[in-house]
Formats: sequence, structure tokens, C-alpha cells
Amino acid sequence: MSDINPMSIALKTCAKTFADGTKALEPLDLSINAGETVVFLGPSGCGKTTTLRIIAGLEEPDAGGQVLFDGQDVTQTPIEQRNVGMVFQSYALFPNMSVAENIGYGLKIRKMPSSQIRTRVGEMLGMMQIEKLANRRIDQLSGGQRQRVALARAIAVRPRALLLDEPLTALDAKLRDTLRLEIDTLLRSLQITAIYVTHDQAEAMALGDRIVVMEHGRVAQIGAPRDIYQKPATRFVADFIGTMNRLNGAVRNGVFTCRAGDLPWPEAPADASEILFRPEDIRVTESGEASRLQGTIASAFFLGDRTRLFVEVGEKLPLVVESTARRDFSRGEQIGLAIDPRGILIL
Amino acid sequence: MRTKWLFNLQLAFTLLVCAFLIVPVILSIMAGLTVNYLVGIESGLTLRWVMEVWNGYRNTIFLSIGISLACLVVTLLIGIPTAYVLARRQSALARAIEELLVMPVAVPGLATALALIVTYGSLSGFRTSWAFILVGHVLFTLPFMVRSVLAVLMAIDLNTLEEGAASLGASWWRRFRDIVLPNCRAGILAGSLMVVTLSMGEFNMTWLLHTPFTKTLPVGLADAYASLRLEIGSAYTLVFFLMIMPLLLALQAFAQPRLKKFVAEDDIHE
Repeated sequence: MSDINPMSIALKTCAKTFADGTKALEPLDLSINAGETVVFLGPSGCGKTTTLRIIAGLEEPDAGGQVLFDGQDVTQTPIEQRNVGMVFQSYALFPNMSVAENIGYGLKIRKMPSSQIRTRVGEMLGMMQIEKLANRRIDQLSGGQRQRVALARAIAVRPRALLLDEPLTALDAKLRDTLRLEIDTLLRSLQITAIYVTHDQAEAMALGDRIVVMEHGRVAQIGAPRDIYQKPATRFVADFIGTMNRLNGAVRNGVFTCRAGDLPWPEAPADASEILFRPEDIRVTESGEASRLQGTIASAFFLGDRTRLFVEVGEKLPLVVESTARRDFSRGEQIGLAIDPRGILIL
Repeated sequence: MRTKWLFNLQLAFTLLVCAFLIVPVILSIMAGLTVNYLVGIESGLTLRWVMEVWNGYRNTIFLSIGISLACLVVTLLIGIPTAYVLARRQSALARAIEELLVMPVAVPGLATALALIVTYGSLSGFRTSWAFILVGHVLFTLPFMVRSVLAVLMAIDLNTLEEGAASLGASWWRRFRDIVLPNCRAGILAGSLMVVTLSMGEFNMTWLLHTPFTKTLPVGLADAYASLRLEIGSAYTLVFFLMIMPLLLALQAFAQPRLKKFVAEDDIHE
């Protein structure tokens, strides 16, 4: 399968100001290794799509910016000569062509003999398991099928990098999970350099070798999914990725005191006034277990494998606690809480 | 019982409306084929009037077909690129141009014709050629081409389609040829039918623009009705129908979309 020769990509001080004066991207330096899957993650308007479009060649960076493919400056090279495969949120399939013609279009442009095009299109149809759709028109396909055709079309030309712009956003949740898995398998087996833009953090965690979290046209953090989740660099990253609980209080003699009570925390820094932790680092104490943190259940959602509790502790927001599904919780119930100090973050 | 009564009433009304529209057409055709219209069908059927029209006004028919086809070519060449540019630009200027293009339809044809004569009338070679009429027709029909192509282009996500094609390596020309043109086929067809039929039937502008040597079919028709027998005028209409119907059908057939069939190779594994 690895008939693709992956390349490294580097951005040097790439900024983007639109004609109306909007600053979409602050000067950005970034390097992406050959064969790596990098996910650009952030809310809409954070500059992630703009960055992708600069790499693709659909936008030109402001003067001074440089895009390098394998160390070669391609800033002035138009997209049609960059040999990158693109998958769009709206798929951008050509309605005037059949599925097979869509997949073969890039090969036709490259003047490949028609017998070879047939072979390659057949390969692609097989790889995406859409052989039966070869002669369908695009408007006869479901969303998931369109997405497969779009992927096949982008990969058919053996691009040096694959750029995916929110490819799963238009699909429903269940299909999104299936296709996410397929895309992951595909990217691994192709060993292609891939850049994946999304606003869905679960997608980013699942697919990325590294995640670039963006906010207001700036990079907030770059790192492996585990680092981003466990060691968020800013409050924005902490809040954007997963769920984060907060408690306000003060440290005295190795104990963090807040409205909910006291939390023994030997390594506490003296100036900590707000602590952050994930729902999985807090638990409901067993009956009889001593606890100096108390809360009232505001709501309890039974999720099958676990129960998600929203616990009122006198803060602005209730704490989110993942708890066992075996015990029955009811609204208004008083519970004791215990926090694992290893999961505590200060930002 | 009641619903049946209602159904019959609706049917009767529909047939009445149809008759109101179709009977004049049939009468007109019959008038062109009867020996003496005042006497009626008893006077017998004849092709004499049709032959007389053919001999006397043949040239106006060919000129009209020629002008309408030339008009089609010009509006295709100007109209499609115009629509393409207007679809890609979202500026206020683009919208203003879009509106201004419709002006020649709103302004009475006579006024447009007078303006053309005042401006270019002294260029004698131009004034006496059929190209003078063509200019008027293009002015009048261009908005119909631009509008129908533009409507289709606005309905598809043209920018993304083009970006998709570009990412696959297609140059600007390939994108225009392979993606833009085929996808606005329906608009081009609708526009073409409008342009050809409007140009073919255009009278009030042409009436001022024509010279005795550049008489078009509708102008000839007015002549025939005004100065000759009613039978000749009617036969003229009949000939007009016979000429324009195949042309319009041919245009329709020409614009049918075709998808190529993909035949998988028996042995993909090589």
C-alpha cells in the first residue's frame, strides 16, 4: 500500500490578513514530519482552515511567509502543481461525473493511459469498499459514500500529502465514528503525511500523532494527544480539550481549602488559588470513608457504563464527576468527594 | 357523487382554457391551408399560400434563423464568461452589473433601436448589414443567457468544486472546461432556448433596425398581414412553426447530459 512517497512540510512566519483587514492568522512557524498525521484543532475562526489552505496553496500567506515541502519553497507554486490531495467538508465531488470518473479525474489530468486509470480506479474503489458505486451519479450517494469517494479521489493521484478539511463534520454521529476509524486505518497503512482540520476534540485525539490547538489565529499548544490532555499549556486548551473541573481556594500547611471543604495535598504550591482536574481524577467516597470535601448532586445521568454526576460545591460551575453505574444516585443527595492529587493542574 | 360532479366541472374548465389557447393556433394553420378563408374550409385545401410564402419570403426566414443562431453564438461567448465572473465575485459592483444587464429588457425595444440608429446610423456599411440587427438582438437577449447560467452557477458550490479540481492538478482552462461548463449545462440550455426564440420572434426593435434588404421573419409577417391576403399571413405562421420546432428540439437533444460507464478490469491484481 505504501506507494506514496511522503514529504515533510514546514511553515515559516506564515501570517494571513484578508482583504477586508481581518487578521486570520498571526505569524506561524510549524514543521510537520514526513508520514506524520497532524490535527489542527480549535473553535471556528481560530485560523485552522486558513492554515490548511495556505499549505494547500489555496491561500497565499502575507509577504514574508514561506511554505516548504521537503525543504523546497513552494510559496509561489499554485495548488495544481503542489501534488497534495484534498478532502473538503462539502466533499466537492463533481456532479457531472460518475463515481469512477471523479476518482479518475486527477489521473486523467496527469495524462495517465486509460487502461492504467481503470486499474487505479478499481484499486481505489476496492480500498474504500465502494466497488458497487462505480457508475453511480454523485447525487445518488449517501453522505458516508460521498466521503469515501472524496477520499478515494484524493488518494488516487498518489499525493505527497493529504489535507482534510473537517471531512466528517457533515455526517451524523454514528457514521462519524465508523469513518473516523476507517480514516485512521487508512492514514496508518498509507503512511502519508496528513493534516486534518477539525473542531471535534474526540476526532483530534483519535487521529493525531500530534495536535496543534489553535485560538484566535495563534497556536495555543502543540503536542501529542496525551500531553495536550494531561498537561494543557493554557486555560483555553484545558477547557477546549475534554472536561475540566475548577475549584477556587487557598493553600495552608499542605491543605487546599475551598467552599466544598479541605483537600489534603502535600505537594501543594503555596500560591495556588485555583486548581483544575479532570472528571476521572475525582471520585465519590464510599460510605464510612472519611472525607473532608462535600457536595450536593445537582443532576445524575446514567450512561450505561457509568454515571455522570454534576455536583454542586458552591462554585460558579458544578463539578463533573464520573462515577460507577452500580450505585443509584439521586438529586439533592449529599456525597463525599476525593480528588487524586496527581491529577491536579495549576494554570 | 359530489366529487365526481366536481371533477367533471374541473375537467370542463381545463378543456375550455386549453381550447381558448389552442383553437386560434389551429384556425391560423387552417387559414393558411384553405383556398379562401372568407368562404371557409368548403372552398378546399391548398398548399398554394405556403408556396407563395416560400417563394416570396424565404429569405426573411433564413435571415431570421441566421441572426438567431449568430445571436446565440455571441450570447454564449459573452454571456457564459460574464455569468462565471459574476458568480465568483460577491462585490456590490458585480451585483450592480447584474442588475444593469437587465435594462435592455425593461427599456422599450423602440427606444433601444432609436439609440442604436442615432449612435451608429451614420456608419452606412454597418447600418445596412444584418449585423446591425444582430447588435440589437444581442443587447436584448444577453440578460436571459447571463441570468439563467448565473442562477445555475449560484446553486452549485462553484468555488469549492474548482478548488477540488485544482487540488487534483487541473489548470484554469481544464477546470472551466471539465467542471464549470458541464455543470451549468442546464442553465446554458435554458438560456439558449430563450435567446433563440426571443431573437427569432423579436419585432419592435427589429422593425426600426431593418432595411428592405435585411427583413426578418416577424417584419415580413407584419408586411404580409398588412398588405396581402390573410391566407398568406397564416401560411407564413405555419412555415415559421415548421422551421423553429426542429431547431428547438435539436437544441434540447444537444444539451442532454451523458455519463461514461466504468468497466472494471477483469484482473485488477495484475
